[in-house]
Order: sequence, then structure tokens, then C-alpha cells
Amino acid sequence: MTLLDIRDLVIAAGDKRIVDGVSLTVAPGEVVGLIGESGAGKSTLGLAALGYVRPGCRRAGGVVRLGAREVFALPPGALREMRRSRVAYVAQSAAAAFNPAFRLADQVMEVPRLTRRATLSEGAALAHELFARLELPDPGNFGRCYPHQVSGGQLQRAMVAMALANAPELIVFDEPTTALDVTTQIEVLRAIRDAIRGRNLAALYISHDLAVVAQLADRIVVLRDGRTVEEGPARAIVAAPRTPYAQALIGLRHATDIAAVEAAAAPILSTAAVTAGYGRGPAVVSDVSLGLAAGRVLAVVGQSGSGKSTLARVIMGLMPAREGAVRFHGAALPLVGSRSHDQRRRIQLVHQSPDVALNPRQSVRETIGRPIRFFFGHDRAEVDRRVRELLAATELPESLIDRMPDRLSGGEKQRVCIARALAAEPEVLVCDEITSALDLLVEDAIIALLKRLQAERRLAILFITHNLWLARRFAHEVAVMRAGNVVEHGPAGAVFAKPREAYTRALLAAVPTLEPGWLDRKLA
Amino acid sequence: MRRAIFPLACGAIVAMIALASLLAPWIAPYGETALVGDLWEGWSLAHPLGTDSIGRDLLSRLLFGTRNTVAVALAATLLSFTLGVILAFTAAVFQGWIDQVLSRSVDILMSIPTLIMALVVLSVLGTSIPVLIAVMAVLDSTRVFRLARALAVDVMALDFVETARLRGEGFWWFLRREILPNVTPTLLAEFGLRFSFAALFLSSLSFLGLGIRPPYADLGGMVKENANAITFGVAVPLVPAAMIALITVTVNALVDWHVRRATGPTGHG
Repeated sequence: MTLLDIRDLVIAAGDKRIVDGVSLTVAPGEVVGLIGESGAGKSTLGLAALGYVRPGCRRAGGVVRLGAREVFALPPGALREMRRSRVAYVAQSAAAAFNPAFRLADQVMEVPRLTRRATLSEGAALAHELFARLELPDPGNFGRCYPHQVSGGQLQRAMVAMALANAPELIVFDEPTTALDVTTQIEVLRAIRDAIRGRNLAALYISHDLAVVAQLADRIVVLRDGRTVEEGPARAIVAAPRTPYAQALIGLRHATDIAAVEAAAAPILSTAAVTAGYGRGPAVVSDVSLGLAAGRVLAVVGQSGSGKSTLARVIMGLMPAREGAVRFHGAALPLVGSRSHDQRRRIQLVHQSPDVALNPRQSVRETIGRPIRFFFGHDRAEVDRRVRELLAATELPESLIDRMPDRLSGGEKQRVCIARALAAEPEVLVCDEITSALDLLVEDAIIALLKRLQAERRLAILFITHNLWLARRFAHEVAVMRAGNVVEHGPAGAVFAKPREAYTRALLAAVPTLEPGWLDRKLA
Repeated sequence: MRRAIFPLACGAIVAMIALASLLAPWIAPYGETALVGDLWEGWSLAHPLGTDSIGRDLLSRLLFGTRNTVAVALAATLLSFTLGVILAFTAAVFQGWIDQVLSRSVDILMSIPTLIMALVVLSVLGTSIPVLIAVMAVLDSTRVFRLARALAVDVMALDFVETARLRGEGFWWFLRREILPNVTPTLLAEFGLRFSFAALFLSSLSFLGLGIRPPYADLGGMVKENANAITFGVAVPLVPAAMIALITVTVNALVDWHVRRATGPTGHG
């Protein structure tokens, strides 16, 4: 017997089929993992399980059954009743899903109270119990906090509590840990695992990270371009993927080459005991001294809030250091407004989110061409020639040259951003989490590109990331940051083989692996 | 299909008004200030809309009046946008004390009721057309400044602007290439709205005797000249009043339609 039965579902936006004939079943108590890149139709499919279709989309065929009832045939009242009692949804960004003006307990208990399943005091007791089970701090009082008063991981767990409060039969988890960093992800994964187990709860778990899904799901469905490409027991898919796409996803996890260490030259860019903070607040970066030699890659690794992006802003001259100095070829660098033309040219920044790093009203040609014209003053024909060269160097087809950013994919946008930085012919590239907004396969391709460009052009790269495994792929040196301090710093080989600090070990261990049972062992 | 008819009709009316204003000297049956008949004559073939309080052809007056009102309102709106947008972008790009000085000055100017301010300034400086345009533009530019600054501050917070800053681009690059193209749709909508308010404001000034000077025609002035007629049951002042309403309503409707189209569900990527 099946709980959720999706059959030949087609959901279209205009002429485009976002979900194109997908069939999927979830049995009571079963956890089904849904894997795919962004744009594969995962979220659309997940929402369809709740009988919801986003504005602008419509169901063009197929049926969705929950128990005995066909979800899309239900009248609005019955549909609402179903969403209140039988199926719940946990969204990717809890910060955007909670109303900032209400206390957490009121929001978590809203549905039980609305449906009169719980009185005020019963509601409070139930909230207490749920918060305790999800291991939230001070569960008795946690519900009195407003959403901005708790951390991202806690908020995500509060959202799991909200889903559980209705005692549903099925929960749809839509990338609940994607926005979190690795150590926080563990907390939330544990909360989800504990919530599902032992109450015969079925779940549809959506993610682009196969390793995460492999830890939780009994069965995995791989989606691509709105179609099912592979389906089977989680262990079988991890052990022996059949389709090239699944094989590529598995293959990612095995890339663990460590860059060979050569003798370090004198650093060209260095921070000398830099301390910085915002306004009159506490220091976000304190006493950081790092050096970057020509042609070397230094990875700065840490959780969100560890001060690594602030360090990048200080280096770029976007905010002042309270103490200490940034030095470039021996000279202290002032704020960006007072830097020389040449200093600005030789240090380039690539931003985290390519969506806002490109001017939506400038074509690829203008975007990449501007630094060439600005720094070197070449004429049109020469600028054009170099733009084409850079497109080739970043493995972008020349046909993209007149596209506007809204017609590029996330990976293409990030390549354009890299090309724009390279257009200035820099010595130092500061990369601030440049792949964290991208899918894993795209991330892999961008890292490979960066690695090749770094070797070809002997670039010095300051690579900021929260993912130690990425750092491992091409950094010569690693600096681990925690709460504004560098807690460990050394050659990549040494840091990865023998991390000195417990914190580094925790970061390393928090990255999910594909081994079945990894999460259970980790939390045992 | 049904939805598109109303904006289309408004567009046609706005186009006709623009055309009539442009061609007024050639299509008006009589001169702007020519006395051609008795006062408040009824509608006839010779005078399709009758004559006004001193016997001028009302249709001709209406055409010239629309032309004058639209021209002054348009010039004032263009000037207020140039002024407001440049100052707003200056505040957004440089921030700090420059932003403070500009924003607070605008606040002070906005705290004085516009009509009273205009009346005082115009009675001191006199009411030549250039002074009229300048006064209307300066007063209106405070509203433009507020909106443009808010839009520009949002754009300035984006990473591509930071990239331009890191490159060391100058003020005009930020204004022309980074900010303006990204806020144009909103500013255009605001332009339409501000234009219709300017036409309304000019009509108020003329009605109070501080707008366009007689004997030249202007919609607000025409209402005033013929205001007494209403007590005799003659509809003459209603004709220019209806024209003012027509301009305001159709331009506003057109702007609304444009805004809805630009921000509708299909507008999101």
C-alpha cells in the first residue's frame, strides 16, 4: 500500500514542461530522496505532493494521490484540511519562511490551535516537547524567541517542529540544509532523522547533495530536466549508479587530490595582524596574519560568521582595518578609493553570488570588455578580440558574447565573473565562496577551471570557502578561521593529513560522505 | 484581450492630446487671443464650443491652452527629473555627509506646503514662463529625489556595483551605466505620474492668477476667466476643466498599466 502516489505528473509553465511525466510512490514510513540539479523540477514535484502549483505553472496531466484521495481534485476546503493534518512542508530557507513579527511558539503551534486540536496550554506543552526532542536550547523558553533571535540551524529545526506539530503522515523536505554550513547541517540532519524515525512518518527529501540524501533515504529518485533518470534503493544507487548523471554525482565525492607543495616564495600579498569589525561592534576579524605568495593558492576555511568574508573586504579595501595593515609588494594598501590604478588592477575579487555580481543591463561583451578598456585603454577591435580570448579561456562558447545575464545559467554567470576578473590581468584573485550558490556538478567544473587558470597564469588565489573538501582539491596552504581568529594554518597536505585543532577535525568530519550509515555512526 | 482595450484607448487619447498641442497654431480655427464674437455664445458651426467671457473662440482657446499647459508641465517635469535624479544618484554614490546634506535639504523643502511655497516665490520673482518652469521643477524634484535615491541605494548595494567601485570607476559611469539602466522602468512610470501632477499644479497656479499670464490661454486660467459663467448656467468653464481631468486620468491610467506590466507575474525571471 502506498501513501503518496504520483503518476505521470506533468507540470508546465507556458510551453516548458518543468515536471515531465514523473511517477513516484512513497510508502508509509518510507523516506524517498529526490536528487537533481537546480531546474530539474524537484521543488515543483515536492510542492505538487501538497496539491500546490506555483503561480504561472499549471498541472498539464497526471494525478497525485495521498492515501485514497486525489489531491488536485479536492475542493479548497478539503485541500486545506489535508495540508493541516496529513502532509507538511519544510522549506529551504527557514529565515524566509517564518514571519519575523511573531514568536516562534505561536507560529509552530498555529495549525493545532487553528484546528482546535490543542488548547493554549496543550499547545505550549506540545511545543515544549517538540523543541526538547529536536534538542533546541532551553526548550521551555525557546518558543518565546522571535525568529531573528535564534541561529539559522535552530530556525531550521524550529521549522521541522512546525511540520511535526500537525502530526502529519508525510513531510516534504525541500533542501532543508542547503543554506547551512557543514557543522550546522549535521545538527539539522540529526533532528530530521530523529523526527522521522520511530513514528512511522513518511518523507520526501529533496536535495542536490547525494551524500546527504544517502544518509537519510531508503530509496532515491534521480531527476533531470523534469524526468526520472534513475530510481532504486539508496545503497544500490550509491554502490552502483547506472546512468552517467548519477555516476558523475558519485564521482565528485572521490576527488581528493591534494596540491603538491613546493618551496614557498616571499608573499606578495599579506595581512599583518589585521583586526576589523563593523561600526562600534566587536571585532569580526582579530589579529589575522596571512601571506600569499605568487602563484600559490591559500584557502581560508571557516563556518559562516567566522570572519572570512570580512577579511576579504579588508584586503580589497572595502572596509578599514582597525589595527594592522594589508601589504602588497611591501607597500601598505589604503582603502580602495586611495589605491593606485595599478594596485586596483592587480588584485581582483570574484563574488559569491553570480546573480547579483553581474549588471543585468550589460551584455557579456560589455561586462568583460569594460575592465580591458578601463585598465588598458585598448580600442574596440582589440577589446573585442580579448573578450573572445577570455570567453575561450573560461570555456564559454563565443555565441554567448551578446547575451544579457538573465539568459545565462548560474555556472555560466560565474564563468563570466571569472573572465571579468581575469580581464584586468591580475596577480591576485580573491574568490569569496564562489561556488556556494552553485550545484555540485557545476561547482566541480568551476573548480577545475580555476585550477587550470591558476596553473596557466600563475595566479595567486585567496580561496575563501566553508567547504574543506573544496580547499583540499587545489589549495597549497590552508588557514582555518574560527570566530575571527586563524586557529590553524599550514601546508594543505599537513592540515588535511594531521589536523592539529579539534575544530579543524570537526569541520572535516562534518562533510557528509556517501558511505551508508555515516550519519548514524557520526551521531552514535 | 479585454484588458488591453482600456490602456489602448488611453494611449490613443494621450496621443491625440499630444498631436493637438503640437499642431494647435495650424488646426485652431481662430487665433489664440482674437476677439471673434459675442461673449458666451452657444455651440454653433462657426464656434463649435462657443465663445468665452470676452468673445474669443473657445475651441481655439482650448487647443492653445492645452498646448501651453502640456508644454510647461512637460518642461517642468523634465527639468525636475534631471535635477532630482542627478542629485539623488550623487547622494547614493558618495553617501556620507553629501547624502546627509542633500537628503536633509530635501526634507526641509518638502516640509513647506508646495502650493504656498510656489505662490510666495512666484509673487516675488514674477511669473515669466522660465521662472514658472524653474519653480515647478525645483519643488517637484524633491519627490523625484526621494524615489530615485531609494532606488539607487538599492542598486548600489549589489555586487556588480562593488566590482565597479573596486575598478575605480568615476561618478558618471555609476550614474549612466550601473544605476540608471537598472532603475529606468520605475523612473519612467514616475515620470508619467509626475507629469500629470505638474499639469494639475500648473492649472491650480493659473487659476490663482500666478501661472501663465493672460491673454495667453492655459487650462487653469480658462477655468478662472469663465468661472462666473457657471452661475448663469453656461457650461463654458467645464470644458477646460474636463480637459485637465482628461489629461490627468489618461496619463495616470497609462502609467498604471505600464507599471503593472513591468512588475506582473511574467516580469519575474
